Amino acid sequence: MATKFDIEGGDIAWCPGCGNYSIHNIVKTALQELDIDPKNLVLVSGIGQAAKAPQYIKCNYFNGLHGRSLPAAVGIKVSNPNLVVIVESGDGCMYGEGGNHFIHAIRRNSDITVLVHDNMVYGLTKGQASPTSEKGFTTPVQVNGVLNEPFNPIAIALSLKCSFVARAFCGDVQETKEIIKRAILHKGFSLVDIFQPCVTFNKINTYKWFKENTYYMKDHDETNINKAFEKALERSPLPLGVFYIEEKPTFESQQRVYKNSSEPLFKRKHNVEKLMNLIESKRRW
Amino acid sequence: MDLSVVICGEAGQGIQTIEYLFPNILKSHGLNVFSYKEYMSRVRGGSNSTLIRISDKPVRAFCKKTDILFSLSPGDVHLLRLLERIDDNTFVFIDSNSETKFNTKARIKKVPISSLALEAGNKLYSNSVVLGMLCGLLKLPFENVLVAIEKWFCNKGTKVCEENKKAVKLGYDYVYKNIEMNIETKIETNPSVKDHILMSGAEAVSLGALAGGCNFVSSYPMSPSTGVLTNLANHSRDFDIIVEQAEDEISAINMALGAWYSGARALVTTSGGGFALMVEALSLAGMIESPIVIHLAQRPGPATGLPTRTEQADLLFALFSGHGEFERVIFSPGNLEQAFFCTMKAFDIADKYQVPVFVLTDQYLMDMIYNFDKLGEIKSFSDYIVETAPDYKRYQFTENGISPRGIPSHGNGLVCVDSDEHDEYGRITEDFTIRNKMVEKRLRKLKNFSDEIPAEFIGNKDFTHLVICFGSTREIVLEASKDFENLAVLHLQQLYPLPSNLSKYLNRAKKVLLVESNATSQLGKLLKMEFGFSDFKTLNKYNGLPFYVEEIKDTLQKFMKGEI
Ligand SMILES: Cc1ncc(C[n+]2csc(CCOP(=O)(O)OP(=O)(O)O)c2C)c(N)n1
Ligand code: SF4
Repeated sequence: MATKFDIEGGDIAWCPGCGNYSIHNIVKTALQELDIDPKNLVLVSGIGQAAKAPQYIKCNYFNGLHGRSLPAAVGIKVSNPNLVVIVESGDGCMYGEGGNHFIHAIRRNSDITVLVHDNMVYGLTKGQASPTSEKGFTTPVQVNGVLNEPFNPIAIALSLKCSFVARAFCGDVQETKEIIKRAILHKGFSLVDIFQPCVTFNKINTYKWFKENTYYMKDHDETNINKAFEKALERSPLPLGVFYIEEKPTFESQQRVYKNSSEPLFKRKHNVEKLMNLIESKRRW
Repeated sequence: MDLSVVICGEAGQGIQTIEYLFPNILKSHGLNVFSYKEYMSRVRGGSNSTLIRISDKPVRAFCKKTDILFSLSPGDVHLLRLLERIDDNTFVFIDSNSETKFNTKARIKKVPISSLALEAGNKLYSNSVVLGMLCGLLKLPFENVLVAIEKWFCNKGTKVCEENKKAVKLGYDYVYKNIEMNIETKIETNPSVKDHILMSGAEAVSLGALAGGCNFVSSYPMSPSTGVLTNLANHSRDFDIIVEQAEDEISAINMALGAWYSGARALVTTSGGGFALMVEALSLAGMIESPIVIHLAQRPGPATGLPTRTEQADLLFALFSGHGEFERVIFSPGNLEQAFFCTMKAFDIADKYQVPVFVLTDQYLMDMIYNFDKLGEIKSFSDYIVETAPDYKRYQFTENGISPRGIPSHGNGLVCVDSDEHDEYGRITEDFTIRNKMVEKRLRKLKNFSDEIPAEFIGNKDFTHLVICFGSTREIVLEASKDFENLAVLHLQQLYPLPSNLSKYLNRAKKVLLVESNATSQLGKLLKMEFGFSDFKTLNKYNGLPFYVEEIKDTLQKFMKGEI
């Protein structure tokens, strides 16, 4: 489907057959269907193969440092809450290098949508283990297989009462699109961990593997955190869908600067007179 | 007349109360005042002291001479630590109940600090007794003192207020009746001083930020930079500022860059270790050509170093931090007025040139307090943001290297910034020609950087000897150098790019002395690098305390005589 976010021509740095293409098309379609204005949209990313996504979409973007997409996104959104802010990065970027920010950005509950391209491997740096790699996964660095317990982003997010927690698989286009649309519409920090095969460096977690090892949750109560936890801990097969939703005040809506005015910071007047009065007041005490 | 009073005690004994109230009382009486505290990195116990200088002329520098010293604790612990500041002329006041083995020629006066506090209602009121004694020694009108006590204590309940008033009165009356000191305590008061502004360096930087249009601060607490964060948090009740305590310094600066990207004017305030964590994002600012203002309040390193003390050892770190090649500006204010001015200016320069700007201070500047008449003029800032056209190029090649800066949703263009090398639109490229042009564009931005803040020359135009200093040593050097005839002082507020008028003075001086609060004369290294100038003597201090006026003066004496 053609969208207003398409860029003609241009060279794309992803390998043929990579799951990133599918996520990319799903995101563009979701944005189109939600009728989002490209001028009002900011894509924020870190560094990695997934983090190149903004390069190929027609909108504003902030392609920052490896692991640091979330703080930048929070700064962008809170300075101008009228913007739609979506973060896209890989599992290494988000859960490894950016792990601390991941935890604290969830606590902050900024109204941003975070799409993690979770391929369970480091793509751009050529195939090392990522925080979500399965135990035993061998790589040029983890030559005897991964020893560490895999990072469970869903359970971590739930433990922090993340406002919107979901998991998708990019091979399921319709389902993933609907989840992403809900995530974007949701007011608050929305996490969508998206399974994405890396055809070059991950020969274990393939399209076929994901198909066979996932299922969609049925009759799941999205407001029940205990049920959500139970689901989050299931590993084979891995549940897909929306685990948990909790409506709560966002980081932006709680800022004092937006109590009396919703004007973004850049539109505000510099109150010189008030400042001079403040300085003058220091003459007395 | 110039009197210097030192109060020492443990953390938690209430020196802070005296340190706040006494200068305010003095000022309201028309006296000039300077205060500086040195303290240990602990919340209770230890040994801390505050210097309060009182004069009929403006005073603004740390000195060694101590006329009156009060110890809030019994025994000699604090006195021994302050030994080098106590001489034959110092009156040392200690509690009557305490034994002292202290044997300098200092004149020891035992006064009933704790018993008067008990009489007032609680031993905890010792600090109020001492405050009363200080005011009594100076024979300040008691009404002035009372006003202060009421302001400070009366929101803490009437009992506490009344008892503290009593403690102050007891202390005041006691010394009035019983203490004779053969030192001059009569000071000419100057009514205009009553209307002066009294504030700390941390406050001056914060107000400078507000004057520069700062509306976003994200930081992680770290002494001695935290004062600016708390000050701005306080002001956020009345001004449009978003204040966020980030999970770490990495987050703080990335958040601030995000904020600038969407049109805010952001500050980060930090100290050496915290700034070390920010370095990757400093380089990001260089690459995406984002403005950013970094308040770097120095403390002694390496690593955790001396958390609550002062040093000027991060100049070269600030200058060389960040991978790759990009421009930056470094300011180092010399006093409170300059701290205000530099911080205000930092926002304008950062915005105008789209580069990181440092305001390099230190614990000494942050924690000093003195009275002054006025801060510089504040104008409504002009921001340099443009409304974008449909084909907007964030990194458009221009003659001066500066591309008009747009922000998302303001205009019809798209604003794309990239940490990877990019083309004019901000899209990733590995084209060798574009790479060259982008590198050259980024390095061209400060080519026309006029000397925003020229080197400040103070002294005899026909000087032969020149002392050069930067940042917070300014006032100490000025006071120390004022009696030397052929000596002039050159103070640098703009450390990078170095102001061009500097070379004129370097060429004219027969002898040059650099005064720096560090061990390796970092300014000297910079002068060598930038001007090929290396013919200088050096004076360094790095024990964590600021220079004393006296020790600089001693060195100047030798310097003038050719002994160093
Ligand atoms: C500070 C820093 N450390 C390391 C790197 C190198 N690096 C770039 S991407 C990456 C990992 C990429 O993995 P992931 O985030 O999972 O994304 P993918 O490429 O798989 O999409 C690493 C280690 C970097 N750019 N910056
Ligand atoms: S390395 Fe893997 S994740 Fe990256 S583009 Fe190629 S297939 Fe996709």
